[in-house]
Amino acid sequence: MKVYYKTLRDLPREELFAPGHRMCAGCGAAIAMRWITKVVGPNAVIANATGCVEVTTTPYPETAWMHPYIHVAFENSAAVASGVEAAIKTLRRKGLWDAGDTKVVVIAGDGGTYDIGLQSLSGMLERRHGVLYILYDNEAYMNTGIQRSGSTPKYAWTTTTPVGAAVRGKIQWKKDIMGIVMAHRVPYAATASISHILDMANKIKTALEYTTEGPTFLHIFAPCVPGWRYPENKTVEVARLAVETGYFPLYEWDHGKLRLNPPSNSHIDKTKRKPLKEFLKLQGRFAHLTEEEIAELEKELDAYWQYLAKLQTL
Amino acid sequence: MQIQKTRKIEALTSNYAVAYAVKAADVDVIAVYPITPQTTIVEKLSEFVANGELNAELIHVESEHSALSAVVGASAAGARVFTATSSQGLELAHEVLHIASGMRLPIVMAVPTRAVSAPISIHNDYGDVMNARDVGWVIYIAASAQEVYDTVIQAYRLAERALLPVIVAYDGFLMSHTVEPVELNDEEEVRKFLPRTPRPYTLNPRRPVTMGPLTSPDWYYEFKYQQVLALQEAYKIAKDVDAEYSRAFGRGYGVVESYRMEDADYAIVTYGGAAYGNAKAAADLARERGIAAGVVRIRLYRPFPTADVLKAISGVKALAVLDRAIMFGGPAEGPLYRDLAAAMYMSGVDKPAVNVIHGIGQRTMYVEDLYKIYTMLREGPRKEVVFMGVRI
Repeated sequence: MKVYYKTLRDLPREELFAPGHRMCAGCGAAIAMRWITKVVGPNAVIANATGCVEVTTTPYPETAWMHPYIHVAFENSAAVASGVEAAIKTLRRKGLWDAGDTKVVVIAGDGGTYDIGLQSLSGMLERRHGVLYILYDNEAYMNTGIQRSGSTPKYAWTTTTPVGAAVRGKIQWKKDIMGIVMAHRVPYAATASISHILDMANKIKTALEYTTEGPTFLHIFAPCVPGWRYPENKTVEVARLAVETGYFPLYEWDHGKLRLNPPSNSHIDKTKRKPLKEFLKLQGRFAHLTEEEIAELEKELDAYWQYLAKLQTL
Repeated sequence: MQIQKTRKIEALTSNYAVAYAVKAADVDVIAVYPITPQTTIVEKLSEFVANGELNAELIHVESEHSALSAVVGASAAGARVFTATSSQGLELAHEVLHIASGMRLPIVMAVPTRAVSAPISIHNDYGDVMNARDVGWVIYIAASAQEVYDTVIQAYRLAERALLPVIVAYDGFLMSHTVEPVELNDEEEVRKFLPRTPRPYTLNPRRPVTMGPLTSPDWYYEFKYQQVLALQEAYKIAKDVDAEYSRAFGRGYGVVESYRMEDADYAIVTYGGAAYGNAKAAADLARERGIAAGVVRIRLYRPFPTADVLKAISGVKALAVLDRAIMFGGPAEGPLYRDLAAAMYMSGVDKPAVNVIHGIGQRTMYVEDLYKIYTMLREGPRKEVVFMGVRI
């Protein structure tokens, strides 16, 4: 990534995400929205998928959005953004667009990206629209009341993967959405966490600028207070532990090269990572886990890191 | 406006007629996805763009759901947009049909109609567009390639004036793939007829708005009622646009077309090219055989042209509604019949009216079949729906 902001003092001051929205106290996605809108700047159109962010920020006749903003449905934000981008392109060509170099940004949750929106995302990436697609990942369908998604991690409690005598939380592993996006050979894709603001802001800006070449993608880790069952003052701590334990590595895929970013760049060496348990133990959704189950998750995490280490050598 | 002087006649299918009209309308963004029998529209448009004859962005979407979603996005950003689909594609896009009208976007979509699965059929009936009849779109059903061409141009003027999306439907295969002579307008004249007028709200960073918000029970109903009013208003706008088009280009159709209805005792009321053409031939035959027969064709299906259709049938003793779609389980299976029955009842018109279903999955509708409808009407009232042409 290009470093646009070296210190917190360099970050944009202008607020473009208005207060008064209905997001939960301690909402990880709200932190992401504030920094996305600041870094993207005012000359952009936001296309938002149905989800927590959409319902909490647009209660008619109020809105938290100072950008031109459109919400259409759950599964099609990438298609909507494709249309917006194509419209701006043609209207500029015909001299009918008066706002200059306007960027197009998608904001969608994990349900709208991993599951129901995957097809339209794939289409948008394949067609190489100049759109920045931002996934805020809270690892379940939180808006409808905490149902499992393709992003929910194994063994996590949700209302559709309850912990019972026969089944203990989600049965399957979390889907590798970054792998799917990278397979579309996009110019730039990166992970970021709301706990690492400078890294996140630089990645947002880098991804935005690369849209002149084609689609770019950001996977932002955004903890959820009611869904993950932790106290509302622990959101940043939970997100930071996700990075420090190696559960959510910070990396970027820049024109076919994978690069791990600090602090994840030291985490291929397992001893540099905090124990996974430190991330799990803060959250009620993992409260039922046995030592054996935690060991299984750790083993899978080790395998994932070996995969990342190999990718980095390509 | 003067009637144009330069006239150019081409041999075109209805699908190609759509493509020529879209080109003349200087459309900005087109979502392209293949489905039979729509495909040749987007093929032709792709040719126009490839040859530099049309300055538009093609979005080669991965589904019809995305096709309509993409033109919703493009239209919201202020572009003039087009897409086309049929049958399963229209069903897949159905969710977005409601959203396009709810967001009051002037989208124009061509629908060469096709039967809906299962079993799968690529052939023609109106089962697809009839499933989309109550979603807040204006719906035209054209009956010739010339009318298809003219209606697409009218559709843009109506859409942009009423702020409503418009479907231009016509017979799949029977029209979409049938070549007819079509008089093409001078493209500069079309562009004068379709001036670029700024819309009150579009996605533009200089004038930010939030589109597609969340509404509570305090607001949702008002949004929906505004759509009711907009559709009602579109009835008059459609008539105005047709009259304006007629003045500019010398061709007009009205919202309801009548054939030999001046002194008719019995009428077939129907829609689409094949049903109308064969019903006209059947009326001629009936008149040769001593029955005062006529035909009424619904050209503007939504908003429903109640006043015009009731006026058209005011002199008849009895009528048959010939439907080319089955809507299962209702009091009658024909969608137009239900509309017309409600329109008659609401206006206190009490005449014998029978519902005839025919041409399902492109089952051949013989002129003799439709002639029998007239003899049936003469015999007296019938209560049950007549499924004509089916093997029982």
